[in-house]
Amino acid sequence: MQRSAASAIIRAPTKPIYRRLGDNAFQTIVVGLGITIMALAVVLAWVLLRDGWEPLRIFGFLGFLTGTTWDPVRNDYGTWPFIVGTLITSIAGLALSFFPALGVAIFSAEYAPRWLASIVDTIVDLLAAIPSVVVGIWGIFVLVPFMQNNVYLPVYFWTFENAPHLLPVLGPPAGYNLVTATIVLALMIVPYTTALARDAIRLVPRSQREAARALGATRWEVMRMAVIPYARGGIVAGAILSFGRAIGETMAVAMLVGNSNTLPFTLFGPAATMPSVIVNEFREAVENLHLASLMTVGFYLFLISLVVNLIAAWMQRRFAVAGRSI
Amino acid sequence: MAVIAPAEPRRSRIAEVTPANLRRRYLRDRLMIGLLVVATLAVLTPLLIIVWYVVSNGFQAVLEPTFWTSDLGSPARALSGTDTGLGHTILGTLVVDGLALLIAVPIGIGAGIMLSEYPDHPLNPALRILNDTLNGMPAILKGLLAFALIVKPMGTFSGFSGGVALAFVMLPIVARATEGVLRIIPWSIREAGLALGLPRWRVVLNTVLPAARVGVVTGVLIAFARAAGEAAPLLFTAFGNNFFSSTPLRYLLGPVDTLPARLYSLAISPYREWHAMGWGAGVVLLMFVIVTFVVSRIATRQRHQADM
Repeated sequence: MQRSAASAIIRAPTKPIYRRLGDNAFQTIVVGLGITIMALAVVLAWVLLRDGWEPLRIFGFLGFLTGTTWDPVRNDYGTWPFIVGTLITSIAGLALSFFPALGVAIFSAEYAPRWLASIVDTIVDLLAAIPSVVVGIWGIFVLVPFMQNNVYLPVYFWTFENAPHLLPVLGPPAGYNLVTATIVLALMIVPYTTALARDAIRLVPRSQREAARALGATRWEVMRMAVIPYARGGIVAGAILSFGRAIGETMAVAMLVGNSNTLPFTLFGPAATMPSVIVNEFREAVENLHLASLMTVGFYLFLISLVVNLIAAWMQRRFAVAGRSI
Repeated sequence: MAVIAPAEPRRSRIAEVTPANLRRRYLRDRLMIGLLVVATLAVLTPLLIIVWYVVSNGFQAVLEPTFWTSDLGSPARALSGTDTGLGHTILGTLVVDGLALLIAVPIGIGAGIMLSEYPDHPLNPALRILNDTLNGMPAILKGLLAFALIVKPMGTFSGFSGGVALAFVMLPIVARATEGVLRIIPWSIREAGLALGLPRWRVVLNTVLPAARVGVVTGVLIAFARAAGEAAPLLFTAFGNNFFSSTPLRYLLGPVDTLPARLYSLAISPYREWHAMGWGAGVVLLMFVIVTFVVSRIATRQRHQADM
């Protein structure tokens, strides 16, 4: 390579010890720091597996995965309810937030004048930085009472009188429930989906748009036929990354989901997710097996996050625009 | 509304001379603009409402001088109106966040240098994948890791373990950001340094890093803003504490209070007075994050202007 050739030609007046030893030491340190990060990722998986080994041994990998009982009193553990809760809230949260997020991204990348786009972008990025607990306290004192009075109770009473067979789906109107958690989750991942979709749309070459306009397409037709298909991979990868974030979102969900360990979950009744059960029970776990089971839940959470992130990374590489990933 | 103004004259002109379906196409175009504006408002409004609620509910608590100077104590203090506050929490947050910075910045920048300055290193693909993996992991798992690695062997919850847990959150972000900004620096700058006879390590430390300084700092600030708001990893590492620690060392070696974790416990407590303080903690936390964010924004903007 050029740079090494350049350094070889020049006879520097410095001592070789300064040059050779310094370079070696620097490279060793830098690579060592890199290895530290690699080690951390591996150790994370290993620690979760090691500390969560006991439940896996007792209940089996699939047994713990599909076990529907979580009972610290009888020392019987299974993670299925939490996986169900995590998947329901995350999928519904993504479904709720995807199209509005895409709308904001299109608006700021294509339609808004520059000054307005930069305001929208700044607000969106700023909102991504709102801490989870702050959203949580708002949820407890503002969103839950509001939803309880204006949505959950009226809907529940209406169903009670007009469609009683739907009551098992709705469940008792608890306020802290799956619906509340989903709404909050959707609010929290909107900025991420938006930012990633916006970046994907901005990477679409100008010529793509100009060609469509030259064919007489309206502005929206340019978006629909030329820009969005081109940015599709990046948009979907961004949505999957947001989904991964929703899966791991802890505090706001733990504060609002109601925390019930028993299936079946109902729309208006309390539920739980994998991160929420870890947060709520880890500090109070006294039985060794209880603590180990929470670690095992963490291990399954690790596996799910890993799969989701790998899929997103694969999509980003697969649909990279002109060698640039989003 | 100002957005659609330019399309106005064109629409009326073409509609007269073109086939009938053109009217429908333009109508759909206008409709989509409307939908996009509605989507934007629908997304931004609730999030701004959250900010507004936190500030309006919390600023009262923040204005009390004792909020900053006193420690929390038992609920009885808040109920009887004696001095109570979150002074110890803010102090603890500074200690834990500062420690996280001290750990994460050198390691993260080092890994970033490895990725950008030694692009042929055989470990780089693995580092990139594992770094992204670590970045994608929920923060709560990093808390479990710090618990298993530090709290269990030490036998006590500690500010140190909390700092390490937050460092785990920051590390991959710092590494990725550093790699990104160092890569923008043209190779000719490095070659110029090498041509002058500088060894490679001096080139990196004296020419490449200074040239990318603003970008690196921005990356660190973004990572910091992200980590400073995390409560989940702190709940079972720093744990929490209702009082000022007796000696400075106990902020590192004993359980210590942090803003996000305290906000959580105040919010789920049954006392109205503590709820008010929780909102106050929310304001402080939000300001903390927003200030970090704005500073990094200004830095990025200056960088862009310098590029042009």
